[in-house]
Amino acid sequence: MEGTTVLGRLTWQVAEVVGVAAETPRVTTIAFDVPGWLGHRAGQHVDVRLTAEDGYQAERSYSIASAPDGTRLELTVVHIDDGEVSPYLAGELRPGDQIELRGPVGGYFVWEPPDGGPLLLVAGGSGIAPLMAMIRLRAAAGSGVDTRLLLSSRDWEDIIYRDELQRLAGNGLTVVHTLTASQPPGWTGYARRVDGEMLAQVGPGSAERPRVYVCGPTPFVEAVAEALVGLGYQPQTIKTERFGPTGN
Amino acid sequence: MDELMLDGNAAAGVLGEVFAVEMTTATMMCGSCGAAGPVGAMHLFRGAGIVLRCPQCDNALVKIVEGNGRMWFDFGGMQSLEIAL
Repeated sequence: MEGTTVLGRLTWQVAEVVGVAAETPRVTTIAFDVPGWLGHRAGQHVDVRLTAEDGYQAERSYSIASAPDGTRLELTVVHIDDGEVSPYLAGELRPGDQIELRGPVGGYFVWEPPDGGPLLLVAGGSGIAPLMAMIRLRAAAGSGVDTRLLLSSRDWEDIIYRDELQRLAGNGLTVVHTLTASQPPGWTGYARRVDGEMLAQVGPGSAERPRVYVCGPTPFVEAVAEALVGLGYQPQTIKTERFGPTGN
Repeated sequence: MDELMLDGNAAAGVLGEVFAVEMTTATMMCGSCGAAGPVGAMHLFRGAGIVLRCPQCDNALVKIVEGNGRMWFDFGGMQSLEIAL
């Protein structure tokens, strides 16, 4: 399975915006239709290229948040105020607009139903995107594999895909939130950064040899991976996807 | 810790432009300490180009620079690269 498919050279493809939806005040999901798209595996990403009128180009990588669905794919983008690419993607794009994509790429940080579980998914903020592709694929495939999601968000309003996660929970999927900056009145859940104690309570335990996927800002991923190794998880079972200090 | 550090996954697009097979699952062996692991698990730094470093000893395994319609690879820090067919 892994690494055996001959892909041929990757090239840039034109993608047309077919939908724009606000997830939170700072986060937008953009749906694209890409003619000739051959599908993707949950966890893969695409490179996005924008070209200004003077020819200046900027490239960024974004995880695909949707489960495989024909020629359609969704990217979830955080609006970074001083960002070069995200304000345009998250604020300016409208249905009918076109951008360039290269992908899908990456065969390392992927999960497919035959890979099985148990799964421990740990996300910081928009690091949920590639894990959401796995969760959505798991649901679409009718898989009941034991899956624990630990999602760290700043506050209740910042939780990306909050309602959908609530809907999908059950049938082997456990969703646990931690809110690091502020909590709504009556909040009884976690209210701190992810740590070893939290991972030990949420996770299936290293003895069950879960497949672990961690995605978020680099400091978040470093802290989580270190804590997991401290709990006895084998480093080679922990797959990480870092997206830098603040994201894209 | 360097906050700008990424994973080898981030090189998938660039590698896909020139290699015909998925490269982030290929196994790279460090020419300095001998540790081996998937390209996707290497540490990646972006500057004028891309540098992949060994997560064990920090040795620069591969340097990639793109420009003027060319891609330049320096594999000097790597001992071997094993690719599933």
